[in-house]
Amino acid sequence: MIEVINVWFTYPNGTIALRGISLRIRDGESIAIMGENGAGKTTLVKHFNGLLKPEKGLVLVDGINTKETSVAKLARKVGLVFQNPDHQLFSTTVEDEIKFALKNLGFPSEEIKERVDWVLKFLDLERYRERSPLSLSGGERKRVALASVLCVKPKILILDEPTIGQDAKQKRKLGELLKKYQEEKNTVIVVTHDVEFASKYFNRIVVMARGKIIADGPPNKVLTNPTILEESSLSPPQVTVLSHEIAKKINNFPKDIVLFDELLNEIIARLRR
Amino acid sequence: MSLIKIKNLSFTYANAEEPAIKNINLTIDEGEFVLLTGPSGCGKTTLCRCLNGLIPHFYTGEMQGDVIIDGLNTREHPVYELAQKVGLVFQDPENQLVSLNVEKELAFAPENLGLPREEIRKRVEEALQLLKIEHLRYKAPYELSGGEQQRVAIASVLTLKPKILVLDEPTSNLDPKGAEQVLKTIKDLNEKLNVTIILIEHRLDPILPYTTRVILMNRGEIVLDSSPEKAFCSNIPEKIGVDIPVSIKLYNELSKTGVKFNKVPLCAKDAAKLLAEVLK
Repeated sequence: MIEVINVWFTYPNGTIALRGISLRIRDGESIAIMGENGAGKTTLVKHFNGLLKPEKGLVLVDGINTKETSVAKLARKVGLVFQNPDHQLFSTTVEDEIKFALKNLGFPSEEIKERVDWVLKFLDLERYRERSPLSLSGGERKRVALASVLCVKPKILILDEPTIGQDAKQKRKLGELLKKYQEEKNTVIVVTHDVEFASKYFNRIVVMARGKIIADGPPNKVLTNPTILEESSLSPPQVTVLSHEIAKKINNFPKDIVLFDELLNEIIARLRR
Repeated sequence: MSLIKIKNLSFTYANAEEPAIKNINLTIDEGEFVLLTGPSGCGKTTLCRCLNGLIPHFYTGEMQGDVIIDGLNTREHPVYELAQKVGLVFQDPENQLVSLNVEKELAFAPENLGLPREEIRKRVEEALQLLKIEHLRYKAPYELSGGEQQRVAIASVLTLKPKILVLDEPTSNLDPKGAEQVLKTIKDLNEKLNVTIILIEHRLDPILPYTTRVILMNRGEIVLDSSPEKAFCSNIPEKIGVDIPVSIKLYNELSKTGVKFNKVPLCAKDAAKLLAEVLK
């Protein structure tokens, strides 16, 4: 569990990035943190693995104060995948890249081998084992960066903007994969602008604006609320846009729909009446 | 005469084993709004590079076939000449902006062509007005939001007065509001100035109502070239992993249950209107 208690954070240049954030994330949740550029999303998640320490307030990971432990110790529990894979990839082959963290964390060599094989398979990267990460496409490099974090099997997995540069098929795959990982009793947290992705694969949406949390709830409550969307410069999911248009024409048609199948079922039910 | 004519075009990058694009045949007329899409690595970007002569003049490799832009064969004309016909805007505006302020950025291309001072002034003013960025005139690119930067990038290629604007995922690094501004700008350029648009995009819903034609690519080839209605009612997008816009997806799913609209909706408003008729 992650507990964030009244956290404030100011960067050395004077920018106040977090203004009194309180948030509780239980084990096994799937959360999308959303909001416009500069809202404080990335700053917040860097507090979850201790990369940043609160200036005021507390962050507790499984009861441990992040100020009183090291990033290395937290790394077994909390994995963070950066937005730009090039900020974290440096090895000459994909396999070495993945082994690096495992070696540093002191896993025995037999287990390292098992974990590398598992993660390459899980992320469909087996054929790139011997390739240089730098020779891969942007989307593939993002998957390698994810692999290098996922191989530790962190209980809490955090991804910053994982869908940038991914096409429709790759997004679907990534979404399903994160869902699968979450169903194995892990916590999955993403920072994203992608409302379609967030509404399809995440149960809880936390919206930030100007260093504060302005909304927190399920997708069909948060991403369908025009006031919240306006305040955070987000657009509603396309399914919601459609349900709002239909509600203008048809009495009592629900506006809080984010999933296509739900919309379709509602329409079919009305056609049968 | 067609504005763009591509005949039997294939291109293989130096050191690559397989061609990035193969057997492309395509003609595009003035004023069309073409949506070009397909999975990552399908050759969209390579095709765009062929349109303004970056291929074969800048990227090395083997090119077969011909690309004729407004009567000019790209093999025989340099990039600076083709740039006056085709403006190319990239995904990341930061890679494209080089000057210290917006006004200088816009003057950069026409200065390089050696146009007279007065003409440069006129073109910069026109571009500032057209993209509604006059208030940003003295700002440095790094002071701008992503959406503003991308509009500056578009303005900077418009100063060469191209008939064709090619945009390679211009909204993918922008937040939703920034993306909306940029798409509206592109639509206006097409409608008001008849600029031919070739837009590469993954987020299809917001632009579909403006497009006159959809081209889908997969593994270096064009696998579908048709009206947006036809394109997304076919099973090809599904097969190659391209998402179907929600209003057409609804049309397709309802058709399966026996409910037929009398036309294919290209946006939420149309879909709602058609649905209201059926539900009455």
